Amino acid sequence: MTGRDGRVPAGGQRPRRHEPDREHGLRLLSEMVRIRRFEERCVELYSATAIRGFLHLYIGEEAVAVGVMQSLTPQDAVVATYREHGHALVRGVPARAVMAEMFGRAEGASRGRGGSMHVFDVSRRFYGGNAIVGGGIPVAAGLALADCLRGSDTVTACFFGEGAVAEGEFHETLNLAALWRLPVLFCCENNLYAMGTALERSESETNLAPKAASYEMPAWAVDGMDVLAVEDAAHRAATEVRAGGGPVFLELRTYRFRAHSMYDPELYRTKQEVEAWRARDPITLLTSALTATGSLRDGDLDAIEAEVAAEIDDAVAFAEAAALEPVDELTRFVYSERPA
Amino acid sequence: MKATYREAIREAMREALRRDERVFLMGEDVGRYGGCFAVSLGLLDEFGPDRIRDTPLSESAFVGAGIGAALGGMRPIVEIMTVNFSLLALDQIVNNAATLLHMSGGQCNVPLVIRMTTGAGRQLAAQHSHSLEGWYAHVPGLRVVAPATLEDARGMLWTALCDPDPVLIFEHGTLYNVEGELADDAGPTDIDRAVVRRAGDDVTLVGYGGTVAKVLAAAEELVGDGIDAEVIDLRTLRPLDAGTVVGSVVRTHRAVIVDEGWRSGSLSAEVSARITEEAFYDLDAPVGRVCSAEVPMPYAKHLEDAALPQVDEVVAAARAAVRGG
Repeated sequence: MTGRDGRVPAGGQRPRRHEPDREHGLRLLSEMVRIRRFEERCVELYSATAIRGFLHLYIGEEAVAVGVMQSLTPQDAVVATYREHGHALVRGVPARAVMAEMFGRAEGASRGRGGSMHVFDVSRRFYGGNAIVGGGIPVAAGLALADCLRGSDTVTACFFGEGAVAEGEFHETLNLAALWRLPVLFCCENNLYAMGTALERSESETNLAPKAASYEMPAWAVDGMDVLAVEDAAHRAATEVRAGGGPVFLELRTYRFRAHSMYDPELYRTKQEVEAWRARDPITLLTSALTATGSLRDGDLDAIEAEVAAEIDDAVAFAEAAALEPVDELTRFVYSERPA
Repeated sequence: MKATYREAIREAMREALRRDERVFLMGEDVGRYGGCFAVSLGLLDEFGPDRIRDTPLSESAFVGAGIGAALGGMRPIVEIMTVNFSLLALDQIVNNAATLLHMSGGQCNVPLVIRMTTGAGRQLAAQHSHSLEGWYAHVPGLRVVAPATLEDARGMLWTALCDPDPVLIFEHGTLYNVEGELADDAGPTDIDRAVVRRAGDDVTLVGYGGTVAKVLAAAEELVGDGIDAEVIDLRTLRPLDAGTVVGSVVRTHRAVIVDEGWRSGSLSAEVSARITEEAFYDLDAPVGRVCSAEVPMPYAKHLEDAALPQVDEVVAAARAAVRGG
């Protein structure tokens, strides 16, 4: 938590509260591997032109969505960005629906109208898939306001990148949320680059938590490559939000291992920097941690990989076979359909 | 009962707040101040600060919060002081409110009502006076309405709140003090159709919102010329009820459109295009237009008057249409 002088205390990142038991540890690992392999398959399918448009991958950042979502209940709401496949999968949106959406099919999560950047699943309170940087943040505050007015103790988790911190909507909404003590968990995924613009080329103050803290909300930075640290921080934050203490801001320090999107030649960062971050791959870190405690045993990883591969194969087969939305339904869902 | 346009809107909000606990109002100065045009005066005392919410000067945040609250099952009414200020929330209105239903494959409808003031005539100069409702009327996914009468001011809000999708209500600033009779039991009015405010056979005059009174005055003046004008109030700017306009023009064979927006790329251009597309061979004269001069709205009264559509210009345009200039 930052002090009022606006600086994160030395270290800034709290120690982990507890080690996970075997079952939970394997579940976290499985979720991260699931996202990783899903995204890798997306790359192949993009190269094969089955997926088009903009495709933003979550590879390297898996620990953030997986760690944060552990603290959410089905009644909570989630607002994510255009780099949201991972969030959707962890939230329970079926891999079939996400894949079919990228194939532009009628059985896609958004019936082929959204694509990679706009996966929605209202039944799971997953509100996108928002591709205007910062644009989802006020909407998250509104979802939280509605829950508040209805007297529920739900949390709205709002994910956005560090690029959004430069947007007015970020500042307007953090102020509003703190002023009205709205139950929002602001999750800033700081992967250091807003597309190709490095944080230090974009922000006069690159330490982000103090900006949120200046609106009078608890805010601290977390090692976003360590899923256990993320889980722990999110647990503390969500507990505080749920108790009616108003919003909390987490700066989750992470890195995307791949390009911003499929069109990115990566001229703005060095291979050495990428390699240095890859040395802290969240999946490797958790694998090591679980091995050290004896939670991860021979064959566990193979079993996870096999299960994940089967799920993704199934999703791809489903997407390939899924029907296209008929063109004569092009103009559906511009306005709600009413009884005749 | 006697009432003003302002009171008609206030009554509509009061009624909605009483009827539906999901309804709440938020915006700048809607609470303690009573609304910058005093529309919500007294509502804070009656309904309390949870339902009459003063917001910071953060148009994007509170409009976006309205969208989120609508997604979350509420029925928010968001007040934006003027259409000029709504540009600070353009991202939320155009990129979110208008797109979410389609982009989510039909899952995320946004039952949000946004009220805002539009138009000139009060010497408020170029950052408080523009008529930009035509821009919003360009956008699929939005419903855009402009109540010109007390009955519509009261009834359109009711209907808008029942609509499952975002509705933008444009209240012309010169109308708030207009007095008239409003039935005690005035209920909802439709927000689908244009309406004929005055029947006539010689020329169709089309207006909406703040121009309707001027158009009706012009029609009365034209009586002296022996010209019997039909006056259509568009009421709903999107989706546009072209059928009512075209149906009238097919009978009168002449049309003049009055629009406080600028002529270029305007709503009047759209109405004109619909007429030529659908009734070209019924026209006896080119479609006429009376729009605001293409300048940012000036402050000085004589300049503002010169910039705005006026009754004599409407009369002249109608005469030209009927008599060939």
